[in-house]
Amino acid sequence: MKVITANFVTCAVKDCKTSAASFPLHFHDAELEMQEIDFQPEFIRNVIPRIDWEGLRVTANELGFPSLPDSKPEGKALEDERTLKDLHRLLLETQVMEGRLVCGNCGHQYAIKEGIANFLLPSHLV
Amino acid sequence: MESQAEAYEQENVHEVYQNIAQHFSATRYKPWPIVHQFLQNLTSGSIGLDVGCGNGKNLMANRNVFIIGSDRSENLARIALKQHPHSAIVADILRLPHRDAEFDFAICIAVVHHLSTPERRAQAIAEILRTVKRGSDLQPGGQVLIYAWALEQKDSRRGWAKGDQQDVMVPWVRKNPTAPQESQTFHRYYHLYEEGELEGDVERAGGQVVTSGYEKDNWWVIATPKVIS
Repeated sequence: MKVITANFVTCAVKDCKTSAASFPLHFHDAELEMQEIDFQPEFIRNVIPRIDWEGLRVTANELGFPSLPDSKPEGKALEDERTLKDLHRLLLETQVMEGRLVCGNCGHQYAIKEGIANFLLPSHLV
Repeated sequence: MESQAEAYEQENVHEVYQNIAQHFSATRYKPWPIVHQFLQNLTSGSIGLDVGCGNGKNLMANRNVFIIGSDRSENLARIALKQHPHSAIVADILRLPHRDAEFDFAICIAVVHHLSTPERRAQAIAEILRTVKRGSDLQPGGQVLIYAWALEQKDSRRGWAKGDQQDVMVPWVRKNPTAPQESQTFHRYYHLYEEGELEGDVERAGGQVVTSGYEKDNWWVIATPKVIS
């Protein structure tokens, strides 16, 4: 699972959607793997404005990455190739292969196995 | 009732796709024209969903947008993982793990016809509409492209037509090329949509039809959440 994915998912439990604590889901016991993916500077530049930066900071921290800047890169900063490459590496090339995503509201844990996160709920939570 | 429908779909849809994933995927390699066009027309940097993404064949249509594909079948979602820069997860169409009103677009191609009651089909569409941006008087909302198999397909191999039974079991033959006698047949449940029915489901789900049509044995609709002013 690419790191960017965590920025666009939340708990599948209906009642959690209204709780701010359900985003972002929290990584536990994450095992990472780097996978080379074509660098498209335009893609990163266009996607960054849509990223929930606070959420990404939490995620990056949980995965053991050095702290991201306090505020989201904008304008000129998005012309900087280094910045875009770093974000490309974090968002697209970093894969979470094993581990769990945990909801900060209900505590439900979603397993990540061989790179794929499973959001199916057990019947008692449906 | 609800859990009965769910168990039925588990047996007659989900398990079948798990079993035929490899063979199914090998027969599906490019998006249909209207799906391709819809994805091509998106603004670069748009963020969206492909609900019931199967092997991810639609993800390849545009690499300048970011799409999270989801499927009930882990075997299929795993194949879809290979479509970069996109992403794939395992999720249920009725309980999508996404926030409200977040996405610029969504597609749901050949999926809602696998839900076995009218309520669940409308719920599935409502759940997808929930995830896309709401429009206002000033700004259009996120668009959702939905495809479903048509009852009206006289010229197809199946030959169904208006007036035929709409809830059907459709065989999938998984051939073993080296040992034809070992070929296995699986049956998937389908609800065949009749003309106007998909539009009706969209309205019932709280959506608004932007445009709709028929392409190669399928009804399709582009919908958006209804503007509440």
